Amino acid sequence: MSEISLTQNPAHVRHGSNVGQPLTRRDGLLKVTGAARYAADNHPESMVYAALAVSSIARGRVTALDVAAAKAHPGVIDVMTPENRPPLAEDPDAKNHPFMFRLDVLQNDRVRYPNQPIAVVIADTLEAATEGAALLAPRYDVEPARVGLDGNEVFTPQGVGVGNPPNDSHGDVEAGLAAASRRVEATYETPAQYHNPMEPHAIVAAWDGDRLSIDTPTQGLAMAVGRVAGLFGIAPEDIHIRSPFLGGGFGGKGVMSGPQVLGILAARMVGRPVKLVLRREQMYGPVGHRGPTRQTLRLGTAGDGALTALAHHTRTASSTFDDFFEPASNASHTLYASPAIATSHDGVRLDTGTPMFMRAPGEATGSLALEGALDEMAEACGMDPLDFRLKNYAEVEPTSGKPFSSKALRECYAQGAERFGWAARPLQPRQMRDASGLLVGWGMGTATFPALMFQAEARAAIKSDGTGLMETGAQDMGQGAWTALAQIAADGLGLDIDQVEFRAGTSDLPDAGIAGGSGHTATAGMALHDAGAKVIARLADLATSAENSPLFGAGNAGVVARDGRLFRRDDESRSESYADILARAGLPEIEARGKSAADPAVRNAYAMHAHGAVFAEVKVHPELGQIRVTRLVGAFAAGRVINPRMVESQYLGGMIWGVSFALHEHAITDRRSGRIMNANLAEYHVPVNADIPSVEAILVEEHDPHVNALGIKGVGEIGVTGTAGAIANAVWHATGIRVRHLPIGLEGLLAGGLGDA
Amino acid sequence: MKRFDYVRANDVGEAVAALAASPAARIIAGGTNLVDLMKYDVETPERVIDINRLPLNTIEATESGGLKIGALVSNADLAYDSRIAERYPLLSSALLAGASPQLRNLATTGGNLLQRTRCYYFYDTGTPCNKREPGSGCPAIEGVNRIHAILGTSDQCIATHPSDMCVAMAALDAKVHVIGPGGERTIAFEDFHRLPGDMPEKDTNLQPGDLITAVELPAEDFTAHHSYLKLRDRQSYAFALVSVAAALKIEDGRITQARLALGGVAHKPWRDTEAEAMLKNSTPGVASFSAAAAKVLETARGYGENSFKIDLARRAIVRTLKQAADGTPQSQTDKRIR
Repeated sequence: MSEISLTQNPAHVRHGSNVGQPLTRRDGLLKVTGAARYAADNHPESMVYAALAVSSIARGRVTALDVAAAKAHPGVIDVMTPENRPPLAEDPDAKNHPFMFRLDVLQNDRVRYPNQPIAVVIADTLEAATEGAALLAPRYDVEPARVGLDGNEVFTPQGVGVGNPPNDSHGDVEAGLAAASRRVEATYETPAQYHNPMEPHAIVAAWDGDRLSIDTPTQGLAMAVGRVAGLFGIAPEDIHIRSPFLGGGFGGKGVMSGPQVLGILAARMVGRPVKLVLRREQMYGPVGHRGPTRQTLRLGTAGDGALTALAHHTRTASSTFDDFFEPASNASHTLYASPAIATSHDGVRLDTGTPMFMRAPGEATGSLALEGALDEMAEACGMDPLDFRLKNYAEVEPTSGKPFSSKALRECYAQGAERFGWAARPLQPRQMRDASGLLVGWGMGTATFPALMFQAEARAAIKSDGTGLMETGAQDMGQGAWTALAQIAADGLGLDIDQVEFRAGTSDLPDAGIAGGSGHTATAGMALHDAGAKVIARLADLATSAENSPLFGAGNAGVVARDGRLFRRDDESRSESYADILARAGLPEIEARGKSAADPAVRNAYAMHAHGAVFAEVKVHPELGQIRVTRLVGAFAAGRVINPRMVESQYLGGMIWGVSFALHEHAITDRRSGRIMNANLAEYHVPVNADIPSVEAILVEEHDPHVNALGIKGVGEIGVTGTAGAIANAVWHATGIRVRHLPIGLEGLLAGGLGDA
Repeated sequence: MKRFDYVRANDVGEAVAALAASPAARIIAGGTNLVDLMKYDVETPERVIDINRLPLNTIEATESGGLKIGALVSNADLAYDSRIAERYPLLSSALLAGASPQLRNLATTGGNLLQRTRCYYFYDTGTPCNKREPGSGCPAIEGVNRIHAILGTSDQCIATHPSDMCVAMAALDAKVHVIGPGGERTIAFEDFHRLPGDMPEKDTNLQPGDLITAVELPAEDFTAHHSYLKLRDRQSYAFALVSVAAALKIEDGRITQARLALGGVAHKPWRDTEAEAMLKNSTPGVASFSAAAAKVLETARGYGENSFKIDLARRAIVRTLKQAADGTPQSQTDKRIR
């Protein structure tokens, strides 16, 4: 096991016994036996049930609710409407910072999107609450819904994503295009998509005076506490949120949603604990989605295939009342070298819920269009798509000119291509058939995602028996944080993982930052690492200053922590156990607090991204157009791998999201009513097992000395990027037909002129 | 979900009596469709009659050499029954093309006949729908209609019948056994489901108080030449955009008997006896298959998003007839279309 080179912390800690091991999920047994307690599994004494009534219109006003009928239903305790909703300390329409999203919590009778909560019915049983909600029979003043990317006035938003400028330009794109020997212009459209975690948003809220106890899934415990504290005007320390497990988040549980706040309000109103769980169709509105995009790429190349210009424009949509614009064009900032790169966005405001971060926000959509346009240009140049990408390989980040902190993308291309057998790919489309006559196509895409870090804290302790404790309020969305972070914690303490108690998942622990932006392992992991280093340093001080310790006087040489003992670095025959050190000092335990944050100086000096290459094989029926992804190979480099099993799982899951993006997902809106017509998992399609015959992820080795002391980049989102484009490109290679309207369905191929019997 | 009364019938007589006493009651067997519809307030029966204890879960030989399938035989048991798999592989195949193993374990033969459309608007009580609320209008005609019908539509309704099983049963010339207030009778499969016309709220020709007891398959042998091809947006657990059931008898290079039915294209399983007559006595091949397809689709009409189904159905008919003629039926396991 290699020793981690530490660039920030004192070198007391030697890693390796836990980090890098392919441990299975520590919570796996709980989950497969049903013992893992998710938010909605909690039933505090005297708990009652709340059900939302949601609007069936997209825009207008609620003019009447039959509250009397709902209240008359047996079991109904109360009905919360804008008339009687308990007060909030903060305007839910306030936006004090870009991470604060406006909420619909019955502040008035306005309806601004379909499925907006318009009342809450609280009852003794879920059935009574649900029927009470149906009995409200709302009436409306209906205004015309604004639907689709041409559905309202176009404007340039102030920012895209969270706080990124909408337009960015380096070099002269028009001059580059004018000078190009080949030009490609292509427009790709992607639909609105919904997160659809298996676990719907749910909350069990219980008040005790002004103290609030909550079970709810959240990707950001500390941020959730802050939001609830502000809304209810209570102290953060009086709020306790438990979120030990999330049944998927994908960005949809990043910030507290309106329905979760309504659950807390309902509990306040009836003076009893309340459980509120969204129905599946109620998740298509108040809890975020990925906005639709229409992206136009303009590329120019010189005679040798080198890009002379790359322009990427995105039209997207936000709600009428808040801002989240899918930053799709920004996917073109980092991947391909071009003397001129211009990215731009404009937007429309539609009568939908506010879009939100959804797994690789911007990168997923933007990479689909970028990789498609790149493939079209490779075709125009008569070049192999991989050769074309290598020709335009970015040695430094094209838009900033910064060197990469590390970039093993060439190795990803090479290992992925080798494993896939890419070299045998014919240049022209429609050249390959399988034994049964199906058209076979091979396509590829480059994957990329920034290596983000947020701020976190952790607490470490070593106990008199020599075992350890590590705490941080981390969130396990299913990605394996319980396991990977415990591995970092154990190495940070120089202990085997079985000797360390790892606590996470509740808000009374140190703030672990959000589980988002693919930055959770790096962020929370670095806080754990720092806490571990500090507690070991304190332990080392005790030992090296005690005359009767074998480590006395080793301060200058340094010590290494391993297997519950400190070893003299220059003479490992001299060591002492943690238990003995604490016993001599007469201490029951020793503790330290650690924290993490991105280092601005390093961030300023280097561009930091994970990279990957995805290769896809599709088979298409030559007459019927039915598409199947028969093989996917992704090779990814994302710095240090804490747990290869979890990391592979993240890559595979991301790539399956890519299949879903390319072929399946599509929220279908009725353009007259603005309603989403397939707001259920029968008709909102995601892949099933039969759609994923073979998917493989290669973990490409990469050492990053700059990104953070642990060398971790992050793996949660990158798998989505590259994959959708690779599949779309493979469909072209199989059929010779470019379908630029996603998801790709068989009607796209029929319309494109697929052959006939 | 509205409150409802629940009664359990212990024999057929009790069930018929319970239905007679409250004709607006709904029968529940597997409940795989009804319970969903009740949760969405699309179906709001005041009484639900549970028939799961009725002795209608066997498959028996008929005197004329066919099989009589009890209404409560599950889709899974039916698909894997050795007599069905050997003598009516088209039916097995269609069953296995539908739903998921879990659903097939619960869903019953009778219930499959009575499953309701998957039209988005029918399910969404926030929108009008002539099938759900007669006279309220059909937003699908000018709205989201990619999955909708191209044959036999009316200006009241363009919904489709979603079953796979029924498409095969239509092709196999099945009969539905029913018991009602007036006693027992049989309904030809062709006459069981309706076209929407100006009463889209009525899916079938069952009369109030009727209970399906069995489906009978005649003693015909299409085992050499048959295929069920289902085209959909994912490889499993999706309803058909277009499906085709084809069964042929071929002697000395000529088709002596043909059956052709489509799913996903109409308010009922769409069997076309005129196209079958054209195929009879023809030489199997692209020419005769294309002519049959053209006949089936002669009156087809697209509504925008679903217009591609006309071309898709034409291609699917030709392909399925070819699979049947070649004796290479579509596999529902590897799903690869040949």
